[in-house]
Amino acid sequence: MLSVQNLDKRFGGVHATRNVSIDFPDGSLTAIIGPNGAGKTTFFNLISGAFRPNSGKVIFDGQDIVGKSSLEVVRLGMTRAFQVAEIFPSLTVTEAIMATVISHLRKSWTFLRRFPVAEARTRTEEIIELLGLADKAGTLSRNLSHGDQKLLDIGLALAMEPKVLLLDEPTAGMGPDERWRMIGKVQHLWQVKKMTVLFIEHDMDIVFKIAQRIHVLKYGAVLAQGTADEIRRNQDVIDAYLGADHHLFAAVGEA
Amino acid sequence: MMKAGFLRDLFFAAVVLIVLIVVPFIFTKPSLRDFLIYVMAYGLLAMSLNLLVGLTGLVSFGHAAFFVSGAYMFGLLMQSGRVSIPVAILITVCGTAVLAMVIGAICVRLKEIYFSFITLAFQMFIHSIILTWVSLTGGDQGLRGGIPRPPFFGIDLSSGASLYIFSACIFVACILIMRQVWQSPFGYTLRLIRDNPNRANYLGVDIVRMKLGVFILAGAMASVAGVLLSLFVSGAYPEFGFWTTSGEAIFMIMLGGSQLFVGPIIGAILLRLLEHFVSIYTEYHGLVLGVVILAIVLGLRQGIADYVVDFLQRRREAKAAPAKEAAFVKKRIA
Repeated sequence: MLSVQNLDKRFGGVHATRNVSIDFPDGSLTAIIGPNGAGKTTFFNLISGAFRPNSGKVIFDGQDIVGKSSLEVVRLGMTRAFQVAEIFPSLTVTEAIMATVISHLRKSWTFLRRFPVAEARTRTEEIIELLGLADKAGTLSRNLSHGDQKLLDIGLALAMEPKVLLLDEPTAGMGPDERWRMIGKVQHLWQVKKMTVLFIEHDMDIVFKIAQRIHVLKYGAVLAQGTADEIRRNQDVIDAYLGADHHLFAAVGEA
Repeated sequence: MMKAGFLRDLFFAAVVLIVLIVVPFIFTKPSLRDFLIYVMAYGLLAMSLNLLVGLTGLVSFGHAAFFVSGAYMFGLLMQSGRVSIPVAILITVCGTAVLAMVIGAICVRLKEIYFSFITLAFQMFIHSIILTWVSLTGGDQGLRGGIPRPPFFGIDLSSGASLYIFSACIFVACILIMRQVWQSPFGYTLRLIRDNPNRANYLGVDIVRMKLGVFILAGAMASVAGVLLSLFVSGAYPEFGFWTTSGEAIFMIMLGGSQLFVGPIIGAILLRLLEHFVSIYTEYHGLVLGVVILAIVLGLRQGIADYVVDFLQRRREAKAAPAKEAAFVKKRIA
């Protein structure tokens, strides 16, 4: 579905992405991890069309999408949710999602009908139901809790019926319990929607629990990739996260 | 539900139209009719500007460019004597839409303050064209010689009363069109752009094209306001396109409110009333207006209509909250 080949990006003197090649099979749930500043969000920005890479290819659904605008990439079927929830503060949950569904149906230019429109309703309700926001459907987005705002951000991305969904730290800024609830929902909608999901995450327990494959970035390059068990035992990853002389993590991994 | 909303608006429009038409015939002071026509023309200008300011988050400082182009195009067409009033209005609206498309295509690519400044620049550009192209526009004297009003379809606008009714009909029709846009999927997509353009872009909204679309629409509506005013004063003047006219429209929005659909109209009425009564007592009416606007901006931090709506909302929520809490407690006990 999505395949990144030799992706490279420099910002002046900063080499933010170094020759990254990763395959994301159709319908996979993949975690991108790495220390702060590893280039995870940059990686998302490169594949979603926000930044143009200096070299490399991003093959999405059989075509190279490098050079396409973020708008074109979205319309091809790759959407994203953000680290800090990007929502529409003055609209209610229903209004925001329905307006997005209308955008997906390419009916944003409709003048002669009234909002809400009938053909967007089922889809809107389905998404709200899926996210468990039904009792907050009429709440203004700015009055939602932090966790619900993050959920709504994902819901907006879902309204575009993506083939590939990029989630930049879905659990950012949440307490431990809330993190698990959130990631449970992410896993649930991945199963229901059968999409290809990529997510950035810091919490190792969460990553090891739900990700099918894990790719570790460090200084913009792929440090390691594999299943949870492989990553857990990988000495490079342990060193990157805990410092070279720390072996506690390895011990925990083998226990 | 969609139909119901439109029918309700249609009903309101009919009521407003009837009130507008009946009132000057009950209170026959000519100054009242003048007042209402001014409110309609400037109110329409402010309403059309609010499609940009309140609905899309585009603060244009140059909206009077389309107001003045409406007035001059219409005036010149009528003075040429070749077209009837409805045809002249149609050509004026289409012509201004083209002008708005050209100006908008450049402006909507810029954001925030840069957008505001470039719209202002285009307006002053048009204003200076009008001032300097004396052979066509009459320069700073304005379009002189009056605007002829030949009868059409048996309607004769030469009398003040019929002109007034005609203006009221056009005004209400334009408000109805803008209300439809306000409530349409297009309008809600514009709200996405207003709240968070970057996010809207990542949700498949072509923000540049959408902004251009509403810019053209707002320009076309402003030109109708210009037509109304030029019909009423039987002329067109460069001041219609001076930056103070745009400023006045922005004042109306700030005074009335930008989030409630009818906010700018309320602002237009308030501003006109203020100007009228203050100028009776003092020649420094600008000073008084400034103080009032400062008080509203600093005191309420929003327009009066928006403030009232928010106030009512808060009160309703405050009333609902204890009931909700009680229900929640009950549920927990059970």
